Amino acid sequence: MAERERRLTPPRGGVFVPRVQVLSQADVLRALTRIAHEIAERNHGLDDVVLIGLQTGGVPLAHRIAQVLEETEGVAVPVGLLDVAFYRDDLGIRPVLPEAVTDIPCDLTGTTVVLVDDVLFTGRTIRAALNALTDYGRSRAVQLAVMVDRGHRELPIRPDYVGKNLPTRFDEQVDVTLDGVVLGDVVPR
Amino acid sequence: MTALARTDAGGAGGGADGGSPATSRPRHLLSVADLGAEGIAEVLRWSDRFVEVGRRPNPKVPALRGKTVACLFAEDSTRTRLSFETAARRLSADVLGFQAAGSSLGKGESLRDTVRTVAAMGVDCFVVRHPSAGVPAQVARWVDAAVVNAGDGWHEHPTQALLDCATIRQVMAERRGVPVERTGTEIFDGLRVAIVGDVAHSRVARSEVLALAALGAEVTLVAPGSLLPPSLEGWPVTGVSHELDAVLPEVDVCYVLRLQLERGTGSFLPSVREYAATFGLTARRVAAMPEGSLVMHPGPMNRGVEIASEVADMGRSLVLRQVAIGVAVRMAVLFVLLAADHASSSAPHPAAATVARGAAEELVDD
Repeated sequence: MAERERRLTPPRGGVFVPRVQVLSQADVLRALTRIAHEIAERNHGLDDVVLIGLQTGGVPLAHRIAQVLEETEGVAVPVGLLDVAFYRDDLGIRPVLPEAVTDIPCDLTGTTVVLVDDVLFTGRTIRAALNALTDYGRSRAVQLAVMVDRGHRELPIRPDYVGKNLPTRFDEQVDVTLDGVVLGDVVPR
Repeated sequence: MTALARTDAGGAGGGADGGSPATSRPRHLLSVADLGAEGIAEVLRWSDRFVEVGRRPNPKVPALRGKTVACLFAEDSTRTRLSFETAARRLSADVLGFQAAGSSLGKGESLRDTVRTVAAMGVDCFVVRHPSAGVPAQVARWVDAAVVNAGDGWHEHPTQALLDCATIRQVMAERRGVPVERTGTEIFDGLRVAIVGDVAHSRVARSEVLALAALGAEVTLVAPGSLLPPSLEGWPVTGVSHELDAVLPEVDVCYVLRLQLERGTGSFLPSVREYAATFGLTARRVAAMPEGSLVMHPGPMNRGVEIASEVADMGRSLVLRQVAIGVAVRMAVLFVLLAADHASSSAPHPAAATVARGAAEELVDD
């Protein structure tokens, strides 16, 4: 979850106390470059591929992957933004932000959607995102790219592209930005 | 029932709420004053999100699945009732609609008994329109559910004011070429708004003045003396005028109120025709308004009385746009009251100090 989101949802979110830097800035960029190549490889090119960054942590990652794809494949892949607040099963428990806009640039019917998020945890965000996507058309396939898979799945969901598998305790917190991946704890303030 | 459901939801997530649901946000929308500038800004931001939902091929989201919204309309209404019902349905809530005519109110049941009977069926939100001021507030005391005032007597019509603010903001953002999502409420700073017509008998006027003034606009009331309230104490207006022609060259928005002939407004005037001549917004008067200024009307319009037919249909008139954005704004209001319970507010939560560590993690990450 991005820093901005946490700042906007005090104090129930508590304060993030970093403990270990897991990936450096260079590591994150390398992982995103690899994921970009894997996306192009798996789909035999980028025809009808649409990247959709999940608000808010997945958005900068999706833009970065699109940038790499443009440089290496010479294709400008459409990038959409998706906020799943209205589709969550924990609405009313989990903070939602009015600022996190949804902006899907095209009809998704017939496209291959690559969802991009920062951390894959329980899988509930992705479940909500899959529901949300069906309201924008019937995509041919949906794939999932995450920077960190931290385990603890509560739903039968798996990622297609992973930056780093990171075993964690349930009560730890993973902070992902383009500047690196940090493992830490949330403590009440 | 609702209170119980809420406590459960809070308990599942926070675990340390001490059993009490969040109280930091309004449970009802009875008056614009319940929201304040911050609350209005929040509703406007959520409205942007629901405007986007309305543009989708399937303009419906499951946010209020399992919730029930009862629309209690004891007065004639087309746009407000349909707008609320559409809003609730687009959020996947179930809608109970009942009107005074054809309900057991007609058999002599008291309003209190009717409301409590309906509430017993498990209602999460009442949307109330009533010819008497204060009825929504009274309903809020009778039931556990959230209550939204959809117009009570001459008192208030908060969602109308909110949707008008949303309309102004959307148009102003477009004019400046800024995405509306990135527009705050600063565009209301110093915005000159004239509210013209039957202020005394208008619930819209009261809500409008409160909302616009809270956001920093300068509001001038324009009306014949007989159609102004006996006292303007507590009305945050910049000025009052009896001369429409003197005010129009210096307004950004001319908000025309409906002459409420069915409420006997006519008896406060020498004649409707004279009113139309002195206070009606005609094409000639619109020509005197500054370039790019806006014309708004809450509807339904008396064409040829307070607003000339050609003005109602001209480009700068926002009448239909107001209706369109109304659905998104009412979705925002229902969402904020029913779903975003402890969410989205950046205000400190009363249970903050006791949030358990594990629970906090669950809240912020996945």
